[in-house]
Amino acid sequence: MSDERKSSPSPTLARRKKDELTAEERFFAASQWELMWRKFRKHKLALASGVVLIFLYAIAVTFEFWAPYGPISEQGLINMRPTRIHFRNEEGKFVGPFVYGIEQVVDMETFKRVPVEDKDVTYPIRFFVHAEPYKLWGLFETDRHFFGAGEGKVLLVGTDELGRDLFSRILAGSRISLSVGVVGVAISLVLGSFFGGIAGYYGSWADLIISRAIEFIGSIPNLPLWMLLASIIPLDWPVVRVYFMTTIIISLLTWVGLARVVRSLLLQLRTMDYVKAAQLAGASDMRLIIDHLLPGMLSYLIVQVTIAIPNTILAETALSFLGLGMRPPAVSWGVLLRAAQNVQNIVLRPWMLAPAIVVIVTIFVFNFVGDGLRDAADPYK
Amino acid sequence: MINYLIRRLGTTLITVLVLSYTIFAIVQIPPGDAVDRQVRLRQTQGDVVTREEIETLRAQYGLDRPILVRYYQWIRGFLVGDLGRSTSGRRVNDLIAERLPQTVALAVAGLIITYAIGIPVGIYSATHQYSAGDYIANSISFIGMSVPGFLIGIILLYLFYKWFGLSIGGFFSVEYKSAPWSWARLQDLINHLWVPLFVVAVGSTGGLIRTMRATLLDELSKQYVMTARAKGVPMRKLLLKYPVRLALNPIIASIGHIFPYLLSGQVVIAIVLNLPVLGPLLNTALTNEDIALSSSILLIQSLLAVFGTVVSDVLLAVLDPRIRFERGAH
Amino acid sequence: MIPQPQVRHDQAPVTESDLLLQVRDLRTYFRLDEGMLKAVDGISFNVYRNRVLGMVGESGCGKSVTAQSILQIVPKPGVVQGEMLWHRDGQTVDIGGLDPESEEMRAIRGNEIAMIFQEPMTAFSPVHTVGNQLMEAYFVHGKLDEAEARARAVELLDLVGIPAADRRVDEYTFQLSGGMRQRAMIAMAMMNRPRMLIADEPTTALDVTIQAQILRLIRRLQAETGAAVLFISHNLGAVANLANDVAVMYRGKIVEFGTVRQVLKNPQHPYTVALLQSIPGFGYRRGDRLQSIRGSVGVPIDPPDECPFRGRCDRFDPALCGGSMPASVEVEPGHQVACVLYEARS
Repeated sequence: MSDERKSSPSPTLARRKKDELTAEERFFAASQWELMWRKFRKHKLALASGVVLIFLYAIAVTFEFWAPYGPISEQGLINMRPTRIHFRNEEGKFVGPFVYGIEQVVDMETFKRVPVEDKDVTYPIRFFVHAEPYKLWGLFETDRHFFGAGEGKVLLVGTDELGRDLFSRILAGSRISLSVGVVGVAISLVLGSFFGGIAGYYGSWADLIISRAIEFIGSIPNLPLWMLLASIIPLDWPVVRVYFMTTIIISLLTWVGLARVVRSLLLQLRTMDYVKAAQLAGASDMRLIIDHLLPGMLSYLIVQVTIAIPNTILAETALSFLGLGMRPPAVSWGVLLRAAQNVQNIVLRPWMLAPAIVVIVTIFVFNFVGDGLRDAADPYK
Repeated sequence: MINYLIRRLGTTLITVLVLSYTIFAIVQIPPGDAVDRQVRLRQTQGDVVTREEIETLRAQYGLDRPILVRYYQWIRGFLVGDLGRSTSGRRVNDLIAERLPQTVALAVAGLIITYAIGIPVGIYSATHQYSAGDYIANSISFIGMSVPGFLIGIILLYLFYKWFGLSIGGFFSVEYKSAPWSWARLQDLINHLWVPLFVVAVGSTGGLIRTMRATLLDELSKQYVMTARAKGVPMRKLLLKYPVRLALNPIIASIGHIFPYLLSGQVVIAIVLNLPVLGPLLNTALTNEDIALSSSILLIQSLLAVFGTVVSDVLLAVLDPRIRFERGAH
Repeated sequence: MIPQPQVRHDQAPVTESDLLLQVRDLRTYFRLDEGMLKAVDGISFNVYRNRVLGMVGESGCGKSVTAQSILQIVPKPGVVQGEMLWHRDGQTVDIGGLDPESEEMRAIRGNEIAMIFQEPMTAFSPVHTVGNQLMEAYFVHGKLDEAEARARAVELLDLVGIPAADRRVDEYTFQLSGGMRQRAMIAMAMMNRPRMLIADEPTTALDVTIQAQILRLIRRLQAETGAAVLFISHNLGAVANLANDVAVMYRGKIVEFGTVRQVLKNPQHPYTVALLQSIPGFGYRRGDRLQSIRGSVGVPIDPPDECPFRGRCDRFDPALCGGSMPASVEVEPGHQVACVLYEARS
């Protein structure tokens, strides 16, 4: 360091190349996104959660491939407990993953048919198998699945009262449940930016009315209002329409949070000298917003959006759980959880709790990422 | 201040009017009504329902009159304390009164737990930033906040049944459900109460710890704390007099915002845990198109929200002289 | 408007008996993720009764941390090391050796040594009245008479020039103007008749006209009470106006020390010279260009043992400046400079 100083005693920051900068100078010269990313990377839990999240969404987009069975195809085994996967055969030799065949045996005491493993029949679990045909995104017709046991049944988390594979249904449900979060927040972002933007940018009476409305909607418990709104969805609507209606209903209340953030950020930024300077220089409203205001609030908006998504997912789950949101034949996590509504049902078929765990994990992962982003959004702190 | 209150009351009144009409109108939207439902039910049982009968039923429920008239009657009834009749035939007043005490008791008990744990832990966390205790409190509150209460409720139900053979749903075991009050019944209630209390309080406690910690940290970094230290004020006294008081102000003031949640903040948890509170009642009312019942619950709740906002504003002005003077100046 | 060093009648030679505070090798370090931030790095100075010691330097050079170190109120994770001998009534206490939370330290804070802060806007609690906060200074030091405390508060508010003091005492600080708030702060510092007053940039946040009033007020109070004043400012004019002695700080170190006349009329350290050239007034003629010091102070995280100013110095000489931090050298009686240019000469 001292040698470098001697040879060039006054190198200015701009003239030197990036790798010649000292740690301190790099800190001040880095762009906002670079700083955010650097800080976020340090938050290991958030980083790991981010990877899990990407993984979850990737599965949701292509669940037909990952699920061994179709979400509504019945497997003939009703209320079946999760299939045991074996690795060693009867002799104790390692032969790779396989499942035994299932026999229905009549229990002599209760006279009920009980499924029992048939040790004489084994089915190896294979990957990239041909099984039930499907049409990915309605475009590509194929019958390739990530794994399967051929004629045997590999039911990772058991089946429901109609004999449908719960694991495949959870994967299928992720498409609705996870996308409701994104679509719902997108809608509320539009609403929130619009109303929050008007309130924060133009101020005066527009601000007064809008912030009153924001305050009021924010003060009423959301769920009863959602229930009220969801209860007017006609029972005979097709799935897609119910999906969008549910999402819109959820957004109708969640936008206020985003609007509040947009409004207060804008009010803050409006008084900044660089914004005033641009205004005096004759920048149009549009230009001012796009060139100066938006970059100033983008990082905070990203944080808010990340926090809003899990809440939206939970809202859909709760509504569908109550029978007011998505409903069969649609498959979402909330719909699946309806089977866990009474305790007798859960005690008899504890595997029906699996969707609850998936929801909890998803919410956690989202919150960790949101937390990491929130820390990272203030890189100088 | 008086001027401010009068103005506030005026806008509140308008809000309530708009709101009550909105609720009333939305509840009516689903095609068909309670009479259609009843008729369909009787038809499936093989009954023949005549047109005249339907008309009489409609008139009985007042469904034959235009919506504005019905709204007026409903609101007039509401003002004199008559909430109308549920489609089950019972008076809405009775249905609500039946469940009101448990509902409020559960919510208030949950609140007390939330504040009793949240505030001290939040203060500890902020004053011992980056310590092991802070780290633990932070993690627990984060988990508490992230976990969806009703899912935890479901899982707890199952675990208790599996491990202890206990059915923890509801407020009472079957044998005590309609028994007269006794020590054993009280014991039974307490046994049943702590699970819903835990589920109800876990999220809000986590939230309160985090809010308290963040606001207190914010206040602790302010200049006036150093001024007070430079004066020679002892640390504990300083903490309570300045930053804690300032951090608590908004939290105390927000008590008004909790009012509406007292009635039906925990609908799904209540349904999962089979609690005889108002939340599940609202749910069945909405699915059965029981207009009188659902709109009454929703309106009461919205009134509480409006009223709570006013209470919060007044509290904040009482606690913070800055706000008091700002408003006085208007 | 040209600040000139003023010759004051009270510039009598200082005697040992006037010695109030001896700071020896004070080091205040903050352990950060990035490394050790040496905000104050081995400074020594004396504070005398009846004298004003000015401390100047750019923002971030460690002046405020020095002030906070004397009162042991450095924010976390700062750690104060070094000797700070506090002389009172024939008794000597080493403040540097006291636990910041101890009763002994508290008894000194706000009682024997009081402090005035930079931001009168935020330095008061917004939810307590002016009187409440003034009287608190009284109560926490064992004086409990409510009426007496109030009387003292009103008296002091009046003394610092707040009109209608008996009414203002019950108002909140946000109802006062910036200048009035700073006056109230000074009144608060004077509540217990301190022997030493630390003024940390007391005028920086104020309008220029108010600044002069506040400076006059501090000088008046100092003269009336005979207290010692440590006056911290980056405003050389204010220091010239108020101080008897000046310490010039750079990156946590004192690079030059002397009387106001010595340092401002005859600056020796290249940093002091540059500092003086960067403000209009001292030795400037019409048409001269105002100089600026290139670069910035920077943050002293794990600083190497070398002259802190070498990177920005106009007289940097690779042959001379290679070594460690130069020692202070007396260039004339009472005038010390820490620079190799003088080290070599002596």
